[in-house]
Amino acid sequence: MALTENDLRRLARLARIRVEDNEVGTLLTQLSGILGLIDQLQAVDTRGIEPLSHALDLEQRLRPDEVTEVDRREQFQAVAPQVEAGLYLVPKVIE
Amino acid sequence: MDWEVVIGLETHAQLATHSKIFSGAATAFGAAPNAQACAVDLALPGVLPVMNRTAVEYAIRFGLAAQVVIAKRSIFARKNYFYPDLPKGYQISQYEIPVVSGGQIVVELEGLEIPVRLTRAHLEADAGKSLHEDFHGLSGIDLNRAGTPLLEIVSAPDMRSAAEAVAYARTLHNLVMWLDICDGNMQEGSFRCDANVSVRPKGQQAYGTRCEIKNLNSFRFMEKAIEFEIRRQIALIESGGNVVQETRLYDPDRDETRSMRSKEDAQDYRYFPDPDLLPLCIDAAWIERVRNALPELPDAMRRRFVSDFGLSPYDASVLTASFDQAQYFQALMHFVQGVAKLCANWVSGELSAALHRDGLEIRHSRITPQQLGGLLRRIQDGTLSGKMAREIFDALWSDGGEADTLIESKGLKQISDVSTLEKIVEALMAAHPGQVAEYRAGKEKVFGFFVGLAMKACGGRAMPFLKTGWLANEALPFLGHSCSPAGSF
Repeated sequence: MALTENDLRRLARLARIRVEDNEVGTLLTQLSGILGLIDQLQAVDTRGIEPLSHALDLEQRLRPDEVTEVDRREQFQAVAPQVEAGLYLVPKVIE
Repeated sequence: MDWEVVIGLETHAQLATHSKIFSGAATAFGAAPNAQACAVDLALPGVLPVMNRTAVEYAIRFGLAAQVVIAKRSIFARKNYFYPDLPKGYQISQYEIPVVSGGQIVVELEGLEIPVRLTRAHLEADAGKSLHEDFHGLSGIDLNRAGTPLLEIVSAPDMRSAAEAVAYARTLHNLVMWLDICDGNMQEGSFRCDANVSVRPKGQQAYGTRCEIKNLNSFRFMEKAIEFEIRRQIALIESGGNVVQETRLYDPDRDETRSMRSKEDAQDYRYFPDPDLLPLCIDAAWIERVRNALPELPDAMRRRFVSDFGLSPYDASVLTASFDQAQYFQALMHFVQGVAKLCANWVSGELSAALHRDGLEIRHSRITPQQLGGLLRRIQDGTLSGKMAREIFDALWSDGGEADTLIESKGLKQISDVSTLEKIVEALMAAHPGQVAEYRAGKEKVFGFFVGLAMKACGGRAMPFLKTGWLANEALPFLGHSCSPAGSF
């Protein structure tokens, strides 16, 4: 699959990664190389093989519905860059 | 041109567990910000999710009620996107194999039964909350809600009007509360709907381009938002434009939907199986245990009320609009036999009005089914008129007690023996000899005058007699008039 410059810029926007104009060429070559590897994987005939969702052949253990955690907000917020009124503060994100 | 509307709903029902879906933090609403956000919810390095058994059980309960297929083995996936109220950078959800798929909900609307197919329902973890009020140009993040278990229920695009969509949402809302898996509180966000709306020329097979309206947190707004969106799309197409696939937000203040983000910027969620979680396995024995503990479902109860009690389908669906109300009605029926319609009228009439007036849920009703039953028995046996019963009802509501005691103490018993009534009429005649003479002379209008006096003298306690024409037929001899009076009633 050939990756275009537009694809790359869109991916960068979705991934919230800033890509400088002078990086586009290099990144295109590198990403296209990775896609080449995926093409190789997809060429393998997987008919009749059940998709694998986990490497371990075990099932999910379930816990009883009990509250086991106490309020440790102060400890958690001690390492946060900025807090106020119990809230974690982050750069404004309204769309 | 004639247009057909096509609507599908995605509903997020918060499961009413005590702890979160993947952590042991509490889920109670209204706690201080971040007081219920533990290391797992904050996605601190090294934490691992452990699944809540009750959340799974609630999904099974829903699945059985909606006749879905419950997956013996389902997979959790990561849905990746960036937002500060999602500290992990992904939401744990289900993608390829959800816990339940298929099934249907039967919706009643204006006497018609409309089947709405379900596509799937899957378990997922809720995100936190962003507060955009002014924190010096920053946003505040509260992660108490992060990790609350959600059941996302996706319908097929089977609804053809805003009214149908609302009826479906109400039915689903009733069902999840009936099953006791969700508290249904829409103001607190426990039950949230997104609507996918499109229009197509009548008769066309292919669907039109759809828009998704987000976060409809009341049934009224849902109806208005969908109505607006239908009008917008039709006007757009009829003026030569095209509907663009996008997410829109409903603004109740302006009663309009606004574009939130277009498909161009749509997220690519890059779903993949979450390596932190093994497949969820549900064996047949577990499903059977849940099935055996299921309450009678609203649909079945509604039919039973019609067939066993002879109620109209309308009355039956009003009574089964909530589990608690249906339970109240059934309890009431234990205390008064054979008058289902009377019971239905009082539950959906006086009782509902009183509850509504005082802002009470029926489970906190000031009048128990036993008390109301005692009152209705006295209507049934003719002791009380409807008006007198309402007076007793108000007294029971405000002061408690028993209907029979109140009837005695208030002297509200209907006058049921004729001799008492005869005495009253005799006294009236003796007090008004002039009018009696007029009546005897053939002035029939005077009859009404006596009726008024008689009713006043009885304090409304002889209504049935007076209504059935007792005065006309039985008391007439006293008045010495042989013909039937014109003013009879």
